[in-house]
Amino acid sequence: MILVKDNRCDFCGTCVAVCPVDAIELREADISIIHETCIDCDICIWVCPIDVLTSDQEPEGKND
Amino acid sequence: MTDYDVIVVGGGPAGSMAAHSAASQGLKTIMLEKDRDIGYPVRCGEAIGDVGLRQFMDPQPEWIAATITKIRMRSPNNTPIDFESDQIGYILHRRIFDYALANRASQVGAEIQTRAYVDGLIIENEAVRGVQYQYMGEKRSLRAKLVIGADGVESRVGRMAGIRTSIKLRHIESAYQATVGNIEIDQSMIDFYVGRNWAPGGYLWVFPKRDGMANVGLGVIGTLARDYNSHDLVHKFLKEYYPKATMLTSVCGGVPIAQTLKCITGNGIMLTGDAARMVNPVSGGGIISGMHGGKIAGEVAVEAISAGDVSVNGLREYPKRWRKVGGKNHETLHRISETIYDITDEQLNKIAERLSKTPEKDRTLLKIFTAVAREKPRILLDVTRAFAGV
Repeated sequence: MILVKDNRCDFCGTCVAVCPVDAIELREADISIIHETCIDCDICIWVCPIDVLTSDQEPEGKND
Repeated sequence: MTDYDVIVVGGGPAGSMAAHSAASQGLKTIMLEKDRDIGYPVRCGEAIGDVGLRQFMDPQPEWIAATITKIRMRSPNNTPIDFESDQIGYILHRRIFDYALANRASQVGAEIQTRAYVDGLIIENEAVRGVQYQYMGEKRSLRAKLVIGADGVESRVGRMAGIRTSIKLRHIESAYQATVGNIEIDQSMIDFYVGRNWAPGGYLWVFPKRDGMANVGLGVIGTLARDYNSHDLVHKFLKEYYPKATMLTSVCGGVPIAQTLKCITGNGIMLTGDAARMVNPVSGGGIISGMHGGKIAGEVAVEAISAGDVSVNGLREYPKRWRKVGGKNHETLHRISETIYDITDEQLNKIAERLSKTPEKDRTLLKIFTAVAREKPRILLDVTRAFAGV
């Protein structure tokens, strides 16, 4: 499951632009994952410039 | 009954140009901006060419942070190649520039609403007939003959209208930029770093902004963004090259470097600017192309509404004209972008080495191109095609 780290998002919309199934909702100052639609492809985690998104699966994201 | 002829969603340069060209021909127009400010936050390196800008208006001194005449490119092994720019460029204060564009639209009658967050479209008989939005927590809706989606890289309006907008990782740069103070750089030069050490599949930029300030940012191609983080790389770069620089602003964002969407219209709707993927896929610059797109969208809105046909068929002039003005060039740039995509650091170093042996005054675009072409012969074909117009 994709998770959003608290209070770190800049609301830039990069993740929304790459989501292949429209499972990310970006409102004014709020971002949420529509888990029913999400296919856990993780590409939103990769493109986020400031590492706001994470997964509760095996951690294999960026080199921190 | 409609409240407006045209609703423009998004108050960036594309939106303001669309609102201006629609309102100036007498259409009742409103532009809705989701943020509390027009022009802020600035998710942009703010560079623009003089020739491009003058197609629309004369540059005003208050918009300009720095005037650029020189370019420095640094290869992965940090060989600097300096050359004179073939045209003057500017680093804008987008915050002021975007204000001016929006104000220009309002002076011909366009209304503007900030804090207006569009969260739905009114769709009837398979056509967009207006928008639903929130203003300060209050739900509102407006009906219109046409909606123009100029709502940026995430283009929710496009998605809501059923236009396929999702970008492949290969076609987006994951970018981060710091506007810094206390940095000593040449105010007439833009400075680029290419290669995997700073900007894998993209480039790092240092753009002067007068009074010891600069935009320092970089983009990492989406396909490599899993292993490289633009935020961390910018901070690492600053620590290494400009340790005394101070943070004034930091922003992040996605730069679409895709081809313009195949479909940029629907019944009652047009997409423009970043939302339509009009950004120059080589430079990542989107101000001028967005202004072109917005202007054309506004003009087509006028014609379609006066002809009484805002269906896809009634709007067919829009993609046609975009292709004529910006799109054809855009397609060539896209092909070049695909060619240079897999250029290696070793090849970049070789190109820089060759160029560094050329005297600075002889470093024309052609010389640079020749050096690139030696490493990447396929690029010759693309540029030949570009000049031949095929």
